[in-house]
Amino acid sequence: MVSRIWTGAAALVLASTLPALAQQPAQQAQPIKIGIVTFLTGPAAAPFGIPGRNAAETLIEALNAGKAPAPYNQVGIGGAKIEAKYVDEAGSTANVVTEFRNLVQRDKVDVVLGYVSSGSCLAVTPVAEELQQLTVLDVCGTPRIFEEKPRKYVFRVNPHATMDNVAAAKYVMEKRKDVSVYSGINQNYAWGQDSWRDFNLTMKTLAPKATTDKVLFPKLFAGEFGAEISALLTSNSQIIHSSFFDGDLEAFIYQSAARGLPQRIPLVLTTGETSLYRAGSKMTDGTIIGARGPHTLLAHDSPLNTWFQQIYTERYSQPAIYPAYHMAQSLFGLKMAWEKAQTKKGGARPTIDEVIAAFEGLEFPTPSTTVRLTLGKGHQGATDTAYGTFRWNKSEGKPELTDIVRYPAECVNPPPDMDSVAWLEAGMKGAKCN
Amino acid sequence: MLTALAIFTDGLVYAAYLFVVAIGLTLIFGVMKILNVTHGSFYAFGAYGAATAVGIYFDKGWPVAGGFLLMVLTAMLIGLVIGIVLERGILRFVYGKDEVVIVLVTYAVFLILEDVLILVWGTNSYSAYQPLAAAGNFEVGALVLSGYDMGLIALAATLAAASHWALKYTRYGRLLTVVIFDQETAAAFGINVTVVFTLTFVLGAMLGALGGAVMAPKISVTLGIGVEVIVLAFAVVVTGGLGSIEGALLGAFIVGLCRAAAVHLVPQLELFVVYGVMALVLVFRPYGLFTQVQPRKI
Repeated sequence: MVSRIWTGAAALVLASTLPALAQQPAQQAQPIKIGIVTFLTGPAAAPFGIPGRNAAETLIEALNAGKAPAPYNQVGIGGAKIEAKYVDEAGSTANVVTEFRNLVQRDKVDVVLGYVSSGSCLAVTPVAEELQQLTVLDVCGTPRIFEEKPRKYVFRVNPHATMDNVAAAKYVMEKRKDVSVYSGINQNYAWGQDSWRDFNLTMKTLAPKATTDKVLFPKLFAGEFGAEISALLTSNSQIIHSSFFDGDLEAFIYQSAARGLPQRIPLVLTTGETSLYRAGSKMTDGTIIGARGPHTLLAHDSPLNTWFQQIYTERYSQPAIYPAYHMAQSLFGLKMAWEKAQTKKGGARPTIDEVIAAFEGLEFPTPSTTVRLTLGKGHQGATDTAYGTFRWNKSEGKPELTDIVRYPAECVNPPPDMDSVAWLEAGMKGAKCN
Repeated sequence: MLTALAIFTDGLVYAAYLFVVAIGLTLIFGVMKILNVTHGSFYAFGAYGAATAVGIYFDKGWPVAGGFLLMVLTAMLIGLVIGIVLERGILRFVYGKDEVVIVLVTYAVFLILEDVLILVWGTNSYSAYQPLAAAGNFEVGALVLSGYDMGLIALAATLAAASHWALKYTRYGRLLTVVIFDQETAAAFGINVTVVFTLTFVLGAMLGALGGAVMAPKISVTLGIGVEVIVLAFAVVVTGGLGSIEGALLGAFIVGLCRAAAVHLVPQLELFVVYGVMALVLVFRPYGLFTQVQPRKI
């Protein structure tokens, strides 16, 4: 009788425990849905959107198979497989916001990750806050996202445009100390305007006597730059700054080279690395190239970088360029934060608030460098960066970057408690460059 | 003086670009009264086709002149095929329908063709820089001008002269003029309006593809180029007067010069100037600069 009671009690306990035991692994195994938004069509697709999507596909496949090197060797994210839905960023800003809402409200994704255009990022950020949706911005570079107001649900692990342009100006002044007149040609929207503002403010600090000549803001995706090239040719500039990206960058490279502009006045292309392989020998030797971080030819050697370049190149027969690196940084940042929160919760699936708490101020290794979320109250990443000078290696038929100069994150990013513009206007006080 | 020269040459180059991309659009509207959004696709297909053909040709190391010829022939062939397929396969079924319906049909076809581009060429961008580099450049003072740009001006001038001559002095041109004036009367006089429509649409498609082909060496041939062009082409055609080739030429010239002047003198106005000119013209001439007086039909 006693044994029957004990058996019955044991069965009862087991029966009541089983659902809980079964539920825990089931909860962990539930996939993590990520909405990945980037340009799949349109002029920014080939140089930005497609490399980003390619990187996401390659990495998610490797992560789900548990084949990534440490510290990213746990399957998927925290043991849960990643389920990605890819959405095209092309279209009007209103359309971008609609698609964001669809991902959140219809598809019920856990995380939205992506966006190339600064216009898109500025548009979706307030909506992400309103919908309380964890969102990791990817390539877009406008500093305004976290400087206009603090954000809770939005993160961006990749550095913003201030770093690119401060480093560009520093590189120019190190390599061309005699620059007294400079010009700029940038696209007429948030990215182009912010980039020029930051470059110009930095130049005012580094070369107070230098003056600007032509300040041009052609329409985004204009494609034809004949008049702008004439204006620059007839200027007295010693260097020309440009944050052009996508098809505009390549059109400008072809058209300006055909008219001898970069041979006469060196170009400083803050996103030039995206066109290194496609433009190839059409790019003029001596062009100053940035990659919005130390990526591809500017990357630090590391096992993670070797692995990333290898799996990407094997799959797509071309090297990963910086939009692919940015995607890798965004995915690795999210994975690291999620797993940190999950570990803290004893292995259970964390809530979004717990992921956010783990994400804030995070530091993590990526293929090309280490990312530290030191800006925007722990929501905006900062890294070191580098610039180099383009040279076409005729014998090997491939691009090279020479005279590479590296800049620590603390040298080219504002301090945590300061906005970019205020920091630049104050003469970049507190920058630690050595 | 140098700035004035730069404004003039840049204005001419931009006007040539605008005219080459707009002439097919205005021709189709003039004859068929179709506001053809698919024109952007003709441009894109011409550019992609030319970039592919030029890439293969120059990789073989064959003579440069042949590359220019191949570029043009490829575009014409692509325009011919797409033009016939669209006109015979789709448009002829909507003739006589409301103009808005026809615009929507061409817009739908445009969207479909954008996806066809992806199916055929993928999402990568293409370049056809070799003709641009081969044409060389020359200096005028501090200004360096591209030989290719001068060729573009010559092409636009040739197209303008040829279309003027064809409309005024050839049998087909006179038939077109009659159809433009009144389709019903033209049909009553024994003109085969259906054939005229087909020929006109195919010619417009070939001109659109030619525009894309000649621009291919200057741009990054990438997804979305057709969208950008169609907006500009509409602005030029509306400024000159829908359906008027002389109007398109004058519209392109005015817009080109104003834009070049803005870039050199007041860069802040560059974004606004194309549409500013269009708005200003339409305030005083609501049907554009060259629209003919419309007879009232009872």
